[in-house]
Amino acid sequence: MNREVVIRTDKLTKQFGDFIAADQLSIEVYAGEIFGFLGANGAGKTTAMRMLCGLSVPSSGTATIAGYDVYSQTEQIKKHIGYMSQKFSLYEDLTVRENIRFFGGIYGLSDKQIKEKSALLINTLGMEQMAAKLVADLPLGWKQKLAFSIAILHDPDIVFLDEPTGGVDPITRRQFWDLIYNAADRGITIFVTTHYMDEAEYCNRISMMVDGQVKALDTPANLKKQFNVATMDEVFFHLARSAKRKGD
Amino acid sequence: MNSIVLEHICKSYDKGRVRAAQDISLEIPKGELFGLIGPDGAGKTTLFRILTTLLLPDSGDAYVDGHHVVKDYRNIRQHVGYMPGRFSLYQDLTVEENLNFFATVFGTTVSEHYHLIRDIYMQLEPFKDRRAGKLSGGMKQKLALCCALIHKPTVLFLDEPTTGVDTVSRKEFWQMLKGLREQEITIMVSTPYMDEATLCERIALIQEGRILEIETPQAITHAFPDKLYGMRAENMSALSKLLHASPQVASCYSFGAAHHVTLRPGADIAGVSSELQAAGVRQLETEEIQATIEDCFIKLMNHEPGSSHQDR
Repeated sequence: MNREVVIRTDKLTKQFGDFIAADQLSIEVYAGEIFGFLGANGAGKTTAMRMLCGLSVPSSGTATIAGYDVYSQTEQIKKHIGYMSQKFSLYEDLTVRENIRFFGGIYGLSDKQIKEKSALLINTLGMEQMAAKLVADLPLGWKQKLAFSIAILHDPDIVFLDEPTGGVDPITRRQFWDLIYNAADRGITIFVTTHYMDEAEYCNRISMMVDGQVKALDTPANLKKQFNVATMDEVFFHLARSAKRKGD
Repeated sequence: MNSIVLEHICKSYDKGRVRAAQDISLEIPKGELFGLIGPDGAGKTTLFRILTTLLLPDSGDAYVDGHHVVKDYRNIRQHVGYMPGRFSLYQDLTVEENLNFFATVFGTTVSEHYHLIRDIYMQLEPFKDRRAGKLSGGMKQKLALCCALIHKPTVLFLDEPTTGVDTVSRKEFWQMLKGLREQEITIMVSTPYMDEATLCERIALIQEGRILEIETPQAITHAFPDKLYGMRAENMSALSKLLHASPQVASCYSFGAAHHVTLRPGADIAGVSSELQAAGVRQLETEEIQATIEDCFIKLMNHEPGSSHQDR
């Protein structure tokens, strides 16, 4: 199959002193794919993500994100990706509409584009009644749905989601995944971390990081077959149990 | 005797705009491992803060070990252990210094109740000279638990101890809690992870400041009113769309590798299956399954009056 690769890393490594946080990561992520980036606490996920977003310079190895080099083209990378985390998403003391306008401006959209996209976004999410409300006053589930929609406002090639559904109620969690599917159908590549193992099943492919290294990378079905277990939870347990770094 | 009693507790914030606790009543007998299960914003932390005497309720009464949370707060503070959701040890003290500090504040020594924390502390010991701020998430969580236990509390309050922690560390943590139950310490623990509910003796499902249900996890899952089917197919996304569009289907939610489906009255699963196959679904597998806590939670959310979610 001839598939376009939007994230390509080759032996990508980040070292802090004598600590190798990310150790020779070699992965390829395809356009329009939902790619689950899993690993135990301290396995090096955040370090790896920061390099892929152009926020942290690798110690060695190479990587291109949407065709741009992580050493020399970080500003280009930032224009072609979206990012959302559970912790930082939106400005609480701005309204829904103001947040959209603000981020639209940051991403360099024209006033006309912002206007069109605001209307579309608010309509798609069904947030007409809430558009003039401060984000601080929205329930968490709405905040997360809004944050995701704003993270893809500029039609990025890739969106990075760092535990986007943490603490969200079970119905909203599923609605959130509907948004993810819709974005993937539009061709946006999804790069997502989660602690919910049922969500790992929704990914096209999964990588598992242990002690700074990618220890497994395949479809959920193949990983379950490979480890001869019934659930992704068991796959995770199997791999993460061997971690040496977890104590520290 | 009950360790924890809540009677018609109400609490709102922001001039009544946020109703964090709406007439909450519950009783937790001594020695029980009780779980508060609900998403962020459900009101879990509010209940913890009222019970640990850090927040005054607007109305209602609450007791811990028979002491009133407002009139008798000093007594409660001496006897309970509290691990807040946010890491709140001293980041610039070492592991050992933190433990000594908390023991001293409660007028005891680390050695006096060392047996309570021994199993947990042994894993921390290699890092005892490390500053707390430099520990990993899993290790911070273990240290916080040790500090909350060091004065041998009668009641232990754990607010989301496993949030953001990976599944391996989560399993270890619950193993530790099991060990503590043998010490007759009452434990009230909250979690947004529905799968952890089954590890508690009794649970309250909580959403938007209201209790949806209080029961044993087994009783809750057995009380699921409908037949529930797990369905899989080659293309899960297409299957979901068809199920949502089917007039025979009452509800359909994704649960990892399968969709969980309930039917409308009068519909039967054989009919739905042949309909799906006729629509081109390949490798369809259907089995009747036992509801999980998460299925029950979704069901209860949909039936809550004024809920922001409704069945289709």
